[in-house]
Amino acid sequence: MPPIISVQNLRKTYGKTVAVADISFEVAEGEIFGLLGPNGAGKTTTIECLQALRQPDSGDIRVLGLDPLTDAQALRHRIGSQLQESALPDRIKVWEALDLFASVSPGAADWHILLEQWGLAEKRKASFSNLSGGQKQRLFIALALVNSPEVVFLDEMTTGLDPGGRRVAWDLIRAIRDKGTTVVLVTHFMDEAENLCDRLAVVDLGKVVASGSPQGLIARYTSEGRVLFTSEKTDLPWLATVPGVKKVAVKGQRVEVEGSGPVLALTAAALVEHGIVPADLRIEQPSLEDVFLKLTGRTVGE
Amino acid sequence: MSTLFKLTWVEIKLFVREPITVVFTLALPIIFLVVMGGVFGNEPGTGDMIIYRGVGAMDYYMPSYYGLIMMAIGTVALPVHLTGYRERGVLRRFRASSFSVWSVLGSQMMVSFVIAIIGSILITIVGIVTYHPHLPVYPWSLAAAFVIGTICFTCFGFFLGAVLPSTRSAQGIGLILFFVMMIVGGAGPPPEVLTGPMRVIGEITPLHWVIFMLQDPWLGFGWHEVASLITVGITIVSAGLAARFFRWE
Repeated sequence: MPPIISVQNLRKTYGKTVAVADISFEVAEGEIFGLLGPNGAGKTTTIECLQALRQPDSGDIRVLGLDPLTDAQALRHRIGSQLQESALPDRIKVWEALDLFASVSPGAADWHILLEQWGLAEKRKASFSNLSGGQKQRLFIALALVNSPEVVFLDEMTTGLDPGGRRVAWDLIRAIRDKGTTVVLVTHFMDEAENLCDRLAVVDLGKVVASGSPQGLIARYTSEGRVLFTSEKTDLPWLATVPGVKKVAVKGQRVEVEGSGPVLALTAAALVEHGIVPADLRIEQPSLEDVFLKLTGRTVGE
Repeated sequence: MSTLFKLTWVEIKLFVREPITVVFTLALPIIFLVVMGGVFGNEPGTGDMIIYRGVGAMDYYMPSYYGLIMMAIGTVALPVHLTGYRERGVLRRFRASSFSVWSVLGSQMMVSFVIAIIGSILITIVGIVTYHPHLPVYPWSLAAAFVIGTICFTCFGFFLGAVLPSTRSAQGIGLILFFVMMIVGGAGPPPEVLTGPMRVIGEITPLHWVIFMLQDPWLGFGWHEVASLITVGITIVSAGLAARFFRWE
């Protein structure tokens, strides 16, 4: 099956600033694909080129078999967009906005369902300017979905949502994917990418530095798990001889054991054998955060 | 097509919810009408100097205020609305959802007509009830002038909205144009009393010609060919420049 989106050697500069140096990736139909990276990495510029909102300097883009440069309007009819920087008229009401945007695609699903799903039913008669940040954000996601798009682009969609709202948004996006819509997600939240994306590309300084499934990336770029516990006895030289253990660090009563393979089980067994039974023994799995650190030498916040 | 009408309906509601534009386009012309009618009545002047083109003040002002409403739309309402839409990312939002430029500007054109018609009906009712002006002599010609005038100032508004960089500049320049045009363009003091330079400035304002185009059929002078040709010219130039400089973001 050909990819639903393909990007080859995309490049975009603003004057002397290189926003996108060289980005290539493909998105398969029906997956949630993420572009993960710090602010200013070129993620937004990339998907704006895909949505025919910006003209790339060079590179080849196909979305749904269409070229955004030549088939912009046809493409925009078939995709949904939640943009990072956009607004609605201050005095437009929530229901008016949904009704208006739905009219662009006559065959679209009933927008009343979106109103319920995205928790806006109570606010249907509120003006845009009177909505909270989270409500505006949910309205924008609803507008991105109102034309029943084949591909939906979500740019930092959970910005401004509270933790509960984020979980709900993730569940709704998964449900949309399960119905066959392809989702392209831009985010700088590691947990969001890890929880939601089927595949992702890690973007840094305008380039894709790695791509794959979140688990695949973690397996490929990190090897160690960390076993953590606290113990009153901290003189534990025998721990280093446990198979798989690579490093033992003691900070006060806190002990960190780094290692690979079944390090948790083997460490636990050794501890019990030496009469130490910490109540807080746990393993910290490596995350995308560690992948990013490994790939770029920085954390996303830096 | 359905987007065009939905957007027009939404825009009409947005227009009504925006107090400033309602004041300039609907309230202000009525206030002027009531005040000027109270001061000058509707008897043609009898002195040596011919003012108000030789007709009663109210006969002069009724069609002038139709033009004033159109001019307020083109200078105050539309430029601020369009620059605000661009500045805040509303146009960007519309564009991403495949709204065409035709539905965005087409809806504004329809709103202009709705507002111009409502404003003119209000002017007509208040004028007739209070100061008994003569009714239009050639109503169909007046209707044609009304259509041309409204299209002209709507395109003028598109032009300002396209070239002005920000909402603030649109507010400033729009208001200056509104007051200058109103005072020297024929909707303020009688044009005959203006001094030389003022009269010259008045004659280069679009409002001057739109008012002539509206007045002549109303007053029974016929059809003002020169005024209508100049108005059409302003429309074409404005529309061309608007199309040239229109930006989504």
